[in-house]
Amino acid sequence: MTEAELKAVLFEEIATVAPEADPGAIAPDEDVRDALDLDSMDMLNVIAALHERLGIEIPEADAPQFFTVAGAVTYLAKRLG
Amino acid sequence: MGLFKMPSLGSDMEDGTLVEWLVAEGQAVKRGDIIAVVETQKGAIEIEIFEAGTVGKLLLDVGETAPVGAAMAEIVGAGEAPAVASAPAAQAPARRAPEPGPVAASPPSQVPIASGERVLASPAARRLAAERGVDLASLTGTGPGGAVISADVLSADTLSADAPAASTQAPEAKPREPATRRGLAMGEMRKAIAAAMARSKREIPHYYLQHTIDLETATAWLAAANAERAPPDRLLMAALLLKASALALQRYPDFNGHYIEGEYRPAEAVHPGVAIALRGGGLIAPAIHDAATLSVDALMAALRDTAQRMRAGRVRSSELSDPTATVSSLGERGVEGLWGVIYPPQVALIGFGKALVRPAVVDGGVVPRMQVQVSLAADHRASDGHRGALLLNAIDKLLQTPEAL
Repeated sequence: MTEAELKAVLFEEIATVAPEADPGAIAPDEDVRDALDLDSMDMLNVIAALHERLGIEIPEADAPQFFTVAGAVTYLAKRLG
Repeated sequence: MGLFKMPSLGSDMEDGTLVEWLVAEGQAVKRGDIIAVVETQKGAIEIEIFEAGTVGKLLLDVGETAPVGAAMAEIVGAGEAPAVASAPAAQAPARRAPEPGPVAASPPSQVPIASGERVLASPAARRLAAERGVDLASLTGTGPGGAVISADVLSADTLSADAPAASTQAPEAKPREPATRRGLAMGEMRKAIAAAMARSKREIPHYYLQHTIDLETATAWLAAANAERAPPDRLLMAALLLKASALALQRYPDFNGHYIEGEYRPAEAVHPGVAIALRGGGLIAPAIHDAATLSVDALMAALRDTAQRMRAGRVRSSELSDPTATVSSLGERGVEGLWGVIYPPQVALIGFGKALVRPAVVDGGVVPRMQVQVSLAADHRASDGHRGALLLNAIDKLLQTPEAL
């Protein structure tokens, strides 16, 4: 999966959790929790959805990687590659 | 035979407007089934039934407004003969057929809320039409009695040039899309919050207590538990805080109940209302039923399900009508502390700030420790500060043995 495809997957799952959020409008290194008003339950739901959809393990200790779009895409690419 | 009545979803509710029947005449129902969607000041609420039986005659039409306590439908109990001969079980239309009234073509006549020129339309359709700039009067309604329903607005909007993607549904699609049929009305919700909170501050003699709880043990336990779990099974600190609060409320019944007509009535079970902030503003505190008896895993699942449904605007009647106390947890993006306003007729609100590492004195030395501030806002008519302190201390103690929660 290319980084663009991973980004699209990430955005889709964020949209499922927060339908009115627009992840495309924020900077890649911005904290999505602040920018999109995602709480810890939302973040857990996004990670759970990515875990199920992409079939990869995401240990709890790696959760901070998902605080930015850039971090999440890099992390997912590495786990899938 | 019994009557299913418009439920009271909070002391501030006077009436509700039927948005949709989810059952048909002749259909069997069981306890807990969602049988209708009713628009209230808090938004569109899923109404549950608490008896088993068969739906008899539906007494309320879509779009009709009825006061709390008014009959909505007849319910035939098990073993009783159905009173409605015209509704055989096999024939189960999705909704009631339009009344063969004298003037089927002139819409407003059968709607109490109609005032002369007002177009007959469901509240969901009205909201949708307002959002999309569609003129209700220009539409031909396909709902009961010619009422304009969401599908009519969607199909009309599809015809316009700038139709958004969501409007590609076929016009005959059932108006069940969560984004259109359900949803919490923000302006109305603000009014409902204002009324409840103003009443609280006017009537309830609040007293406040505050305590700092060390969360080192709970944090370590949580990290160890989550390390072995796949993401969908992971726990949040919020679940531990809620379980500890529920157990403490069970132990100190002077905080778990309702103050009604000059008298405090302790509740038999612990149904904490969990404050959930809605994106775009607004707040709702649905009950997590029997939280004291649920395992932490079950509580986490309930929290998750509830938060998702609230944010999708899918609220169930029982969740709004019976919380016995409120637990508000600001979470990791909040601030250190909160001081609650009690939701009447409840008598207590337990508030958790954001957990964070702070300097603490342990064995004579200053060390960094994960801590959380917990507050209690309680009704002095029902309890005193001494008991409140016992409640907060109990929560503290319970959180020191998270494995036992």
